[in-house]
Amino acid sequence: MNLYKYSKVYTKFLYTSLASELEYKVNILIDLLTAILSLIGSIFLLTIFFQNNATIGGWEFQQALIIQGIYTILNGITNTWFNPNLTEIVKHVREGTLDFVLLKPIDSQFFISLKKMTPSGFLEIMLGICLLLYCTKINQINLNFNFLTLCLITIICSICILYSLWFFISTTTIWFVKTWNATEVLRSFLYIGRFPLNSFSFSLRIFFSVFIPIAFITTVPSEVFLGISQIWKILLEVIVALVFLFTSRKFWLFALRYYSSASS
Amino acid sequence: MISNLISPKFFTLLKVQYSNMLEYRVEIALWAISGIIPFFMLNIWTNNDLNESLNISDIMLSRYFLCAFFVRQFSVVWVVFSFEEDSLMGKVSPYLIQPLNPFFRYFAQHLAEQITRFPFALIIAFFFFLVNPESIWIPNFGILFLGTISTFLSFLIQFLIQSIVACLCFWTEKASSIERLLFIPTLFLSGLLAPVVSFPENVKSWIYLTPFPYLIDFPANLLSGNATNISIGFSMQILWIILLFPVFKKIWSEGTKKYTAMGS
Repeated sequence: MNLYKYSKVYTKFLYTSLASELEYKVNILIDLLTAILSLIGSIFLLTIFFQNNATIGGWEFQQALIIQGIYTILNGITNTWFNPNLTEIVKHVREGTLDFVLLKPIDSQFFISLKKMTPSGFLEIMLGICLLLYCTKINQINLNFNFLTLCLITIICSICILYSLWFFISTTTIWFVKTWNATEVLRSFLYIGRFPLNSFSFSLRIFFSVFIPIAFITTVPSEVFLGISQIWKILLEVIVALVFLFTSRKFWLFALRYYSSASS
Repeated sequence: MISNLISPKFFTLLKVQYSNMLEYRVEIALWAISGIIPFFMLNIWTNNDLNESLNISDIMLSRYFLCAFFVRQFSVVWVVFSFEEDSLMGKVSPYLIQPLNPFFRYFAQHLAEQITRFPFALIIAFFFFLVNPESIWIPNFGILFLGTISTFLSFLIQFLIQSIVACLCFWTEKASSIERLLFIPTLFLSGLLAPVVSFPENVKSWIYLTPFPYLIDFPANLLSGNATNISIGFSMQILWIILLFPVFKKIWSEGTKKYTAMGS
């Protein structure tokens, strides 16, 4: 692995995708508006819930906003990097252009995961960070170095898990070709990441922490944020993230052995 | 234009599209699964006793969300995405020469997809009843009939709105971002995530004038046997269709004049 080479290639990726995205300036504006509206909508939904009950799964409104903030950041990251790139795998497999990717003297997973970027997701990330800052104020959290590093570690782990989930699902297209909307299923499952895990029934809680670890993605970082997380949960998240990253890599290499190209 | 609907041309289109859709069974099954968000919402509602202050029992609420799932399944519209792709690829040109408005083709595509989707939706409902056996009920024939009609009208409203947005492709090339923007209020205000009766009073005062509650909340209430005003619901649905149809005709005739046959 040549780090210098990869960073140089990545700046090129950034430059080209920015250039092509800025062709549609109005689009970016509309996307920004969509991001703002969708945050307002989620908060509206939360207020409906809290209108009828003071706590949901043991979380108060101010605390539930933290989950919302973290979800918004992660959703922004999904929209900026994962969504534009990983839905492209389907196209590559269907049209046989994955050949060109594999022939390049660069790691195929790197190329496929980071080629594109949609700048409008940045606003969502920023919105999420603003909401989190507001939450630290209303929840009277004092920021210190330890706290920030722990938050950063858990959020990075969440990003890794999220990336691996997306990458897993997209990789299966090598066998099934036509699963354009397998990612839509994942998207709808991820939707529940907006709410605290404790607000669901026991069976769903098990499902969302063992099979699809959405629980780790938003709830654990939020607990760290509130300072109520136990150390074993954070350690578990780090382990889950590492396992997911490692297996997604292995799975990609394994899947490539079955890739038989199209129309060639 | 309406007379085309009962002509043999349309039935042929429907048949062709149906066999086309049968080819993509797995894809449609995945689409059906990705619509299960109402069930997660139901879980939050009942698990936190949020419905107590609304005077809706758990059973009625579970029926509401099941019906919301069904209504959503049969009113999903994606015409703007198909049209955008076709217009960017220049496929619209041959359609324009044919003696049939191209939107009939998309309309038939949607109907065919709904027929294909029906068994999958039934399977999901079967599993729902396995988990919640106490909510099993059989609506009487009249209600089922009215519910089907109101679902179809809801589909028509959404189809018209999206077709109007799709026609903007003639001007902006990428109209799908506008659709994503419009989807946000549809998601939060239509009653898919929370029944409209639970909304705060200041929202309820104006929401019934917008098309949103008639997309999912009204048909779902009707089907599930929850309280709703049937005559007002139907008249508002028909009113919106009458309002939207001339807009679509106008924008279509303006747009086709502007069409420049990209990519061909």
